[in-house]
Amino acid sequence: MAENDIALMGHLMRRAGFGAQYEELETRAAKGYEETVEELLNPKDHPDGMDLDLAERYFIEWNHFVRGVPEYITWRMINSARQLEEKIVLFWHGILCISDSKLQSYPTEYEELELFRRDGLGSFRDLLVGISKDPAMVYYLDNCLSHKGAINENYGRELLELFSLGVGMDGEFNYTEDDVKECSRAFTGWTIANSIPQQPYGRYAAQFLYNPDDHDEGEKTFLGETGNFNGEDIIDIIVKQPATARFISRHLYNFFVADDVEVPSWMDTPPADMETIKMLEEEYFRSDYNIKSMLRLLFNSDAFKNARFTKVKSPIETIIGTLRLVGDWATPKPGMEFIFDEMKYMGQEILNPPSVEGWHTGKEWIDGGTLVHRINFAADSVSNTEFPGVKSIIKKLADTGPSLSPENLVDGCLRMLGEYEISEETRRMLVDQNSKGGEVLTDSDDFDTTVAEALRMIVATKEYLYA
Amino acid sequence: MTSSKKDPVLVVLQLSGAYDALNTVIPYSDPHYKDYRTVLKVEPEEVLAIDNNVGFHPSMAPIKGLYDQGKVAVIQGIGYPNPIRSHFRSMDIWHTAAPEKMGMDGWLGRAIGDMDPNKENVLTGVNFGRGLPRALATSGVSVASVGGLDQLGVLTGIDDQSQRTEALDIFARMYSPMIGSGPTNDYLSQTGLDALKGADILATAPESYTSNVEYGGDQFSQWLKNVAQVHLAGLGSRVLYTGLNPGAFDTHANQTTAFPQLWGQVSNAIEDFYQDLKDHDASQEVVILAFTEFGRRVLENGSGTDHGSGSVAFVIGDAVEGGLYGEYPSLEPDKLDQGDLRWNNDFRSTYATLLEKWMGLDSKPILRDSFEQIDFIK
Repeated sequence: MAENDIALMGHLMRRAGFGAQYEELETRAAKGYEETVEELLNPKDHPDGMDLDLAERYFIEWNHFVRGVPEYITWRMINSARQLEEKIVLFWHGILCISDSKLQSYPTEYEELELFRRDGLGSFRDLLVGISKDPAMVYYLDNCLSHKGAINENYGRELLELFSLGVGMDGEFNYTEDDVKECSRAFTGWTIANSIPQQPYGRYAAQFLYNPDDHDEGEKTFLGETGNFNGEDIIDIIVKQPATARFISRHLYNFFVADDVEVPSWMDTPPADMETIKMLEEEYFRSDYNIKSMLRLLFNSDAFKNARFTKVKSPIETIIGTLRLVGDWATPKPGMEFIFDEMKYMGQEILNPPSVEGWHTGKEWIDGGTLVHRINFAADSVSNTEFPGVKSIIKKLADTGPSLSPENLVDGCLRMLGEYEISEETRRMLVDQNSKGGEVLTDSDDFDTTVAEALRMIVATKEYLYA
Repeated sequence: MTSSKKDPVLVVLQLSGAYDALNTVIPYSDPHYKDYRTVLKVEPEEVLAIDNNVGFHPSMAPIKGLYDQGKVAVIQGIGYPNPIRSHFRSMDIWHTAAPEKMGMDGWLGRAIGDMDPNKENVLTGVNFGRGLPRALATSGVSVASVGGLDQLGVLTGIDDQSQRTEALDIFARMYSPMIGSGPTNDYLSQTGLDALKGADILATAPESYTSNVEYGGDQFSQWLKNVAQVHLAGLGSRVLYTGLNPGAFDTHANQTTAFPQLWGQVSNAIEDFYQDLKDHDASQEVVILAFTEFGRRVLENGSGTDHGSGSVAFVIGDAVEGGLYGEYPSLEPDKLDQGDLRWNNDFRSTYATLLEKWMGLDSKPILRDSFEQIDFIK
């Protein structure tokens, strides 16, 4: 197996999923790159992508959703074989945001995550209709409080600003304040039904309700078109705008390929890689707004393949990727709160984005406080020789021969972490650190500690902040 | 404790989400007020009157108390040219002080660079929060940003002290800037080195701190306590920043419940913070700026308010000449800007005043233009 095939597979799995152990990379690379892309896009595994049976017996509250939705989604990100499905859930969760701190209803939030899992790779038009009827969103952005004759602009505005068109493109505004008002009018009557009382019935998800009596039937003018528009008509107008194609393409690029400037800058700052964005925009229209088609083209493009280690990993990518690497949480156990605390300290608490704008990405993930948490978490995890994934790295390195030179030790660890690339200066420092004892004997008692310490310093590097 | 003349310190409180200016400093005697606000109006007898025209929301009694002592400047009609009703773009404008074009670096970062050009103290600017606000992010400027004063320190998982020292030494070398590695790498390098240096010093701040003030248990109050701890530890910090979660004041709905709760929490925390400094004979060393990104729609939407324009900000401290500044925007229907309060007071005038009259800095290079100053500093 050529090492660069495995390196490319490591890249694909870090971006289209949450990373994979070396053995999985070998297996997938043997099957082929395009085949793996296809399998990620159209997974044929078990519908859940994993055996949920055991987990559901352990986390009994999942059946009732009294609590446990963060646990559930985290469990899936770690264990699902359908990795892109979980990655796309995280993608949309960061754009079509809702927040548990306002909703406080896990059953309702669960329904939204299921919407992303089911339709997140489908038509963007259908997804916008879905999210506009999603009870969590209707409540989160107050559309249930927007009435005929007394609109609440919250949803109408964010639908345009944050979910589809963006504020502006090529220096021009994409919509006016009047468009916000007219859009909001069109979504009046899109509300939620009265909730089922928790006592004595238990917890149920909120339900969408269209109330024609509360819908503004008047004529509206939106983005230059006039008619008696309802919400779906507005979405039909939105999705055919070039600005929407640009906005979604930039989001896909920023999430899967390379860090772009923050979203509020998109009006005035053109994409760095216009060629790839244009390619995605064309595919958006050609495929009738199909996300899967756009991703297929993207993953098979040179722009994607050449974008290794150009993105600063998000906290959730860091945490889930590390847990998958070391093989923790492959079976249920208590104490998952620890993972959520880490997400919070690193600045990306699942189900609680800081605002409807979602999380800022790229280097904005990193400040002094979040960096320290990120490094300590990764360092502590990979240096724990009790973890099965760490054991398997040690064994694989031991199997290469009776002894390892400092160079081979560092390079071997980098390979096992998914063919990580680091600068020559950094590599030199790591090799020097491991040179004091000279060659390490792979059957010596402290071989596992030696490997663990080398792994710990590698994940503390600047380079490891990237994926 | 004797006090010698110390360097002036600016504490910035970012009260995100756009608090409703009209119900923060209330024009209670304006007949239009109760017409616009049938549900959300505060009755005149409940308003904490400043004069015959305006007064504080009842939940802001602690701030009214400071106002009565002459320590609060109320900056009315504050805003920026060509108001945008997006939280994020608007907050960017406040952070970068660049309303006309996209600014990439923060006004306070530039001020810190001015005060500490040789990066002698990584704690010249300290932020308490989750993520560094752009106001402090300026390339080549070191600032510390932490989620609290516990859990600091790099590679704390290494138990053996000599081994940890060795690891930190390599860490410092690995994070040393490399030539030609690009802005993101430079930023990561700088942040790594600053975290390494700053964490150990910051962690000492609570050790020397004793206080009779009991801060609230909420995150904002605790961060303000951290601000007090860092200031009182004498670490040379000049700009201390914290705030509410993004979107906290975004009261599109249920404003009658959320709004008083938030202002109550914020006002109490500010009062506690001021008292804490005063008890330590340090209140004359600090000026507080509290701001939000824009105001809210004059006409309520049912149970809340949508995004608006002109707002109100507060500057608080012993060095402040208390009172009302700027003009309260007119509520006459034809004077509104698309249904919003019309701003009349460029936010950069407040920034310029703080920079020049309080911090003793030249504001022009920091704000990239000259702005009229206001007389709210003694």
